[in-house]
Amino acid sequence: MNEELKVIWKNFFNWVMGNGPRPENEVEPPEPPPDLPFTQKPKDKFSRFHEPTLRERYEQWLEIHGLHIFSTLYSALSILTCVVIVVLLLTTVAALPPFGHERNPANNEVIRRYVEHGGHETGAQNIVAGLILDYRAFDTFGESAVLFTAAVSVLMLLSSSRSSKPQKKFQRLHIYRNDDTILRAVASLSIPVILMMGCVVVINGHLSPGGGFSGGAILSTALILCANAYGFERVREFFNERTFIVSSSTALMIYALSKGYSFFTGANHIHSIIPKGTIGDILSGGLILPLNICVGLIVAGTLYGFYALFSEGEM
Amino acid sequence: MINIFAFNIPFISIFMLMIAAIITPLLPKKNRIPEKLSCYVIGIVAILSAYLLYSLTNSGQSLAFNFSMGHFPAPWGNELRAGPLEAILSLVFCVAMLLSLTGNFSSTAEDIPENRRQIFCVLVNLLTASLLALTYTNDLFTAYVFIEINTIAACAIVAVKEGAETVRAALRYLIMSLVGSGLVMIAICLLYDLTGHLLMQNMHNAIQVILITKEYMVPLIVSVALITTGLAIKSALYPFAFWLPDAHGSSTNASSAILSGLVLKGHIFTIIKIFYRVYGLEVIHLLRMDTVIFILGVTAMIMGSVHALKQNNVKKMIAWSSVAQVGYIFLGLGLNTVAGVAAACLHIIIHACIKPMLFTAAGGLSNAAGHKKGLHSLMGTFYINHWAGLGLIAGAFSMMGIPAFAGFASKLSLTMASFDSPLIMWSLAALVTSTVLNALYYVPAVIVVLTHNKDKNPQKNFSAPAPTTLYKFSMFVFLALNFYLGLFCVPLLRLITRGVNVLL
Repeated sequence: MNEELKVIWKNFFNWVMGNGPRPENEVEPPEPPPDLPFTQKPKDKFSRFHEPTLRERYEQWLEIHGLHIFSTLYSALSILTCVVIVVLLLTTVAALPPFGHERNPANNEVIRRYVEHGGHETGAQNIVAGLILDYRAFDTFGESAVLFTAAVSVLMLLSSSRSSKPQKKFQRLHIYRNDDTILRAVASLSIPVILMMGCVVVINGHLSPGGGFSGGAILSTALILCANAYGFERVREFFNERTFIVSSSTALMIYALSKGYSFFTGANHIHSIIPKGTIGDILSGGLILPLNICVGLIVAGTLYGFYALFSEGEM
Repeated sequence: MINIFAFNIPFISIFMLMIAAIITPLLPKKNRIPEKLSCYVIGIVAILSAYLLYSLTNSGQSLAFNFSMGHFPAPWGNELRAGPLEAILSLVFCVAMLLSLTGNFSSTAEDIPENRRQIFCVLVNLLTASLLALTYTNDLFTAYVFIEINTIAACAIVAVKEGAETVRAALRYLIMSLVGSGLVMIAICLLYDLTGHLLMQNMHNAIQVILITKEYMVPLIVSVALITTGLAIKSALYPFAFWLPDAHGSSTNASSAILSGLVLKGHIFTIIKIFYRVYGLEVIHLLRMDTVIFILGVTAMIMGSVHALKQNNVKKMIAWSSVAQVGYIFLGLGLNTVAGVAAACLHIIIHACIKPMLFTAAGGLSNAAGHKKGLHSLMGTFYINHWAGLGLIAGAFSMMGIPAFAGFASKLSLTMASFDSPLIMWSLAALVTSTVLNALYYVPAVIVVLTHNKDKNPQKNFSAPAPTTLYKFSMFVFLALNFYLGLFCVPLLRLITRGVNVLL
């Protein structure tokens, strides 16, 4: 009984540790050189058939089944996480103050001043424009800087792929058909209208709904349509990488300098020389009109830039 | 009252950096003009921050001031706020940023082509501006906007070095970071709905009312949880830290130094501001958020080191060590006392000085070994580049907490802070275990660097470039800072405690 147990134990031990007992006729393997760098494993000690250890078997099994198990587990856990988050957020939303109720915490002195005094304090008829470009202009400056950061990052990351020219030509042939007559006819009619619309939305930003962000988005659609109908080469004649960088940087610089002046005078209680104008006039609202134009330029350039860079790899 | 010049410094610092970032794409690319401009501007901002700190400490009673951005006072307009803590942090951020740039001036030129380097400078300036804005802001939405700038710029400076590995790491970083941003955004929306304010002080008052009426408690708890998770992902608290080693280990040395030393710290300081200025210590304690952070911090301290032990790549080892060090900071925050927060802030400062030094040193050493990053290939590199070797040794000793090195000061203050806390046993056990684990991977690295290379055939056609004067100078300043922080941390800690008291 004891002997049997010993044999079973020995077999089990050999199964776990890999190699069985060494046959007597095998020669002693040479010792590994003494000072190997500590990261290099010594080579296999035994020259005969290497039976895998338990750990190696586990690793083999993991190599075959691991990806499948991982992906199943991954999807199960992602679904679980999503369900938990959805339930959590729905519960939270149900417990929030009711929307539009007069006793909401959000109905406080902040909103009241924006609505009641926004007009004559900022000179803008559109309260939202007054809010984002005068009361909280620093946040909007940050938002424009976010767009600028994103645009220069994408420009930098995609600028490396310029070496692979032949592949480019191939791509362009297949994706863009620049000889579409219907598209060109419609584009030639609609591009001026879209451009006009964009300019109106930007310039009237302080008078009516709209402003730099929405107007800039409209302007960029005109550029994208133009690029699709006539090809990127035609757009590049008047709006290329250099134009984009110069226009965005200049616009952001005008924003930073003019608003910096306004912040500085405001914080130090110095009288600002910027006139507010009469509410409702096109030249009113202090800095809001020029700032809207700056934001519009940045947004238009960035959105077109993203489209051009991701579809073509260059502007 | 402080003088009018010091009063304007927060605004001037942020705007100078933003304007430098905006003007950089228009500059000529030759002669490394963009990088020099960044270094000069960051240097000037560092001097301004030092002056602000000086005037704040000598101003008498009023230690913090508010700076309204524009003609409209705070709840309607944006506002910045500066106290001693903000001034120290912005000084440290600028100094560490400057030294990371100058120390890796030559390796940046090797890793990044010229046309990319210009935009790299734009991103570095934007990153510094966003860090300062996060430090100074008193408005939660402004904080969010600058978190976004920070996220995009940080991901882009990972991917600035060409190569499949960096792009993969940057994508992973981007996805994790955006999840964090999204959670923060949802939390800010919830908080705005509950309080009707975005200014930190007014939000705090409104939250006190919610606590009394007990109405809307569920959204309040969810908002704390979401904002903590979101910012913890961005500051690489352990279970959310798996993006960090790839992102920090595969990018260029300057990016690794900036990311590990500064970007994480900006988000951690945002957590501190939100916890103590928006919610308040009692609310955090009431919602048990301090315990959660404490447990995660302890886990990070141990698991970060365990992962670092397994690394063979020296930069990835240092990157995992950052995860452990972030754990120390969260341990201090989890103690939820003024002393604990002050110790956490001290550790933020010390880690912001030491980690860039370690990355700069590791870069110099792997350069001396022929651009190999494996730990074993660094054998004997101390004798090729002494300054880098000294930097690695001092940094390793500091991370282990050897007395007279900077890390000792923060470990000591964390230990002292845990004596006031009921969690003292856990905290001390975690500190001891983590110190031993730190030693387990830093000591071998030091031994390898100091061992003479007995390799029979060293690379024949390779001669390591001598370190430049700029590298030696930066390393000297790093070493000086290390010893200064290690030996004279008591006045600094006193100043930080004053700053934390003003913050609360």
